[in-house]
Amino acid sequence: MALSGVEIFKLLPKTNCKKCGQPTCLAFAMKLAQRQATLDACPDVSEEAKKILGEASAPPVRPITFGSGDKAVKMGEETVLFRHDKKFVNPCAFALEIKDTLSEDEIGKLCGQVMSSEIDRVGQKLRIDAIALSNVSSDAGKFEAAAKVIAAKAAGVPVIISTENPQAAEAAAKLFAGQKPIIYGVNSSNAEAMANVAKAHKASLGVYAQGLEELSALTEKVKALGIEDMVIDSGARRAKDVIESNTLIRRAAVKKNFKPLGYPVINFMQREDSLHEALVAIAGITKYASIIVLSSVEKWKNLVLFTLRQNVYTDPQVPMQVEQKIYKIGEPAPEAPLFITTNFSLTYFIVSGEIENSRVPCRLAVMDSEGLSVLTAWAAGKFTASKIAQFIQESGIENEVSHKELIIPGYVAILSGAIEDKLPGWKITVGPREANAIPAFLKTRAA
Amino acid sequence: MAFTPSKETYSGKVYPVTIGTGEQAVTLGGENVLAFHAFEGATPNRPVIAYEIQDVPPADWPENVRKPFEAVSSDPVTWAKYCQNELKASAIALRLIGTHPDRENRSAEDAAKTVKDVLAAISVPLIILGSNHAEKDSTVLVAAAEAAKDKNCIIGKAQEANYKTITAAAMANNHKLVAMSELDINLSKQLNILITQMGFEKERLITDPMCSALGYGLEYTYSVMERIRLAALTQNDMTMQPPMLGDVGMYVWKVKETQAPESDLPLWGPAEERGIAWEAATATALLISGSELLIMRHPKAVEAVMKTIEELV
Ligand code: B12
Ligand code: SF4
Repeated sequence: MALSGVEIFKLLPKTNCKKCGQPTCLAFAMKLAQRQATLDACPDVSEEAKKILGEASAPPVRPITFGSGDKAVKMGEETVLFRHDKKFVNPCAFALEIKDTLSEDEIGKLCGQVMSSEIDRVGQKLRIDAIALSNVSSDAGKFEAAAKVIAAKAAGVPVIISTENPQAAEAAAKLFAGQKPIIYGVNSSNAEAMANVAKAHKASLGVYAQGLEELSALTEKVKALGIEDMVIDSGARRAKDVIESNTLIRRAAVKKNFKPLGYPVINFMQREDSLHEALVAIAGITKYASIIVLSSVEKWKNLVLFTLRQNVYTDPQVPMQVEQKIYKIGEPAPEAPLFITTNFSLTYFIVSGEIENSRVPCRLAVMDSEGLSVLTAWAAGKFTASKIAQFIQESGIENEVSHKELIIPGYVAILSGAIEDKLPGWKITVGPREANAIPAFLKTRAA
Repeated sequence: MAFTPSKETYSGKVYPVTIGTGEQAVTLGGENVLAFHAFEGATPNRPVIAYEIQDVPPADWPENVRKPFEAVSSDPVTWAKYCQNELKASAIALRLIGTHPDRENRSAEDAAKTVKDVLAAISVPLIILGSNHAEKDSTVLVAAAEAAKDKNCIIGKAQEANYKTITAAAMANNHKLVAMSELDINLSKQLNILITQMGFEKERLITDPMCSALGYGLEYTYSVMERIRLAALTQNDMTMQPPMLGDVGMYVWKVKETQAPESDLPLWGPAEERGIAWEAATATALLISGSELLIMRHPKAVEAVMKTIEELV
């Protein structure tokens, strides 16, 4: 647990000199406790206090970067147990397991699936983030050969090098120099050799133990060997045990600031039955996993898992929203149709997507309604006739279009008369209720 | 530094609610921990999944979820029997959607007859749902509750606008009651209070904080459920202790992801698998956030969720 304001105050110079911009040391301490200030604003703080405060203010789950370049994944930094308390910070990564017993062709094919897994959803680019190469063959040569295929066919994708054999780890790790791979498979007997490989290749370590007690001892041991970038595996595999151990790990980190478990968690969720695998992966997504290893990445499954992860990791206080403005879809001429909707990201992307589908160039006026959907915004008084009228008048759209017709969402048909009253000269047309009816709607208008 | 697991002891618990009669009666709720937290408390009952059927043929269901019921869904009795006998449903949810004024506008008497016929054909517990038209439901559900007298069904949904008549009907005919509010913990609490103030026992209630589908507000339902559960357990808030319902099928099978053909959206993969997975994933997330009762449609989605529950308990 982070220190309280009073605990922090005890460590400050207590001179109330105001150099930090705060009236008193106590006021500054309070700001620090709420993470609204940083310690370097006080020039007089002692070295000892710096050390204590620095440790206490470090995030309870260590931040780690996995991979490099534009496919790098950030992990850790979580501060809460429940998403309604505060936004979960770094979405978990999905990794596809590739076994070194597969043929070069098969490995290449799986790499291809990872490379082409990217889907755009509500303005975010989502993908299978990583590959976990596992040394099923127990043969260092085969492992290295498989790693070579991955390095060539999935260039830039972060890699988990999964083996208990330090020689095999070494052989694979050198292929991913400078790409911050994770070497997974560290246990109490190979820790030293693995730590040396990690140091030589600037890799993070994935440590594995049976149970949380053994795991805590192991992370301490690895840390003493000079490696702090770790992901941890308690050995839990059954969904029930994953929930238990992930929960106890997160509680230990967040509530007790227990450093030996303050690392991102890796869960192995591979199952024979792909749908079942997707469902047990949900236990990991909702309950604190930072990496989830999967055995297959079918498109339908990816869409489900990406969407669930996106839902769980959205900010509970601020809905995802887009900028208020008149968006052009295609290259609309002055006479092109004009639609209006709210600025909830989901609403905007669904509606603009359907307008795109229709292949009719249009304008879509997106009004700031604090990120609420059409009906929610209407029910909350944020998408009302007068607000719509004011927005249209102030947007300057009248100079851009050659007509005065505004198409409103079918669910707020009830507003059409009132908008016409408040926007003299404008014709309000009620569009369909569901956005997927927009292409047909535009087609019948054109006919 | 030695590790000591920080286990919680909660002061409250979820009411156990039994539905149905005889050997096939089932009990849901009863736990004194968060969902699937058996490591720190008691979880006596598994979540229950009810198969959704309706009083009129499911012409409005998308093809991929209509297909499995094609041979039976023209008649609610055959449909109910199929779910019980072939799909081994542990409960059935009959939605009287045909009573909606914008639909077939069936009468309350028609609805009552359907309820009687279905009840005569099955031995598993029945959940009786209106068409979600607040006004019409207050006549339809009263007639349905009478028709099902003493069968210990769940009647629903009582909402702010119609809870009085529906609660009275559930009370007079010995049923359990679903109270639905709109994705807001305070509204949910308030409705439970209003209902219990009428003399309805709080141990007979089921809370529906309103469902939403994966990708379409699931995170709101997820968090409201989690907050309700935490209030029940950590603050021993008795108004928040009824089991919770996730009315999954209805919300899931209207979103684009459960319907759009792969030919339109090649990146989304085959529509059938996608739809099943969408329903199963929504259901699983809600179980983890605290739901004890689910209403679902697709047999393969139900099967997959059951298999996952098996791994979670
Ligand atoms: C999630 C949700 C919330 C979230 C907010 C989410 C958000 N960012 O908006 C929260 C929990 C905060 C919320 C709050 C409230 N909500 Co609310 N909420 C919902 C819910 C479940 C989903 C809304 C959603 O995300 N829809 C998805 C988006 C994409 O839909 P959409 O914007 O309408 O867009 C679709 C169409 O309208 C169309 N479309 C959109 N734009 C355009 C434009 C044109 C031109 C055309 C042709 C078509 C078109 O395309 C889209 C897809 O088809 C709905 C119920 C439901 N399942 O629909 C209730 C619902 C909208 N909420 C409702 C209410 C009453 C409220 C509250 C007032 C009450 C409360 N619970 O406290 C508050 C108000 C909020 C406030 N700040 O005061 C009611 C509205 C009732 C009504 N008929 O007016 C609903 C319908 C629930 C219900 N059944 O009663 N809500
Ligand atoms: S600068 Fe440091 S010593 Fe001066 S008031 Fe701020 S906290 Fe106190």
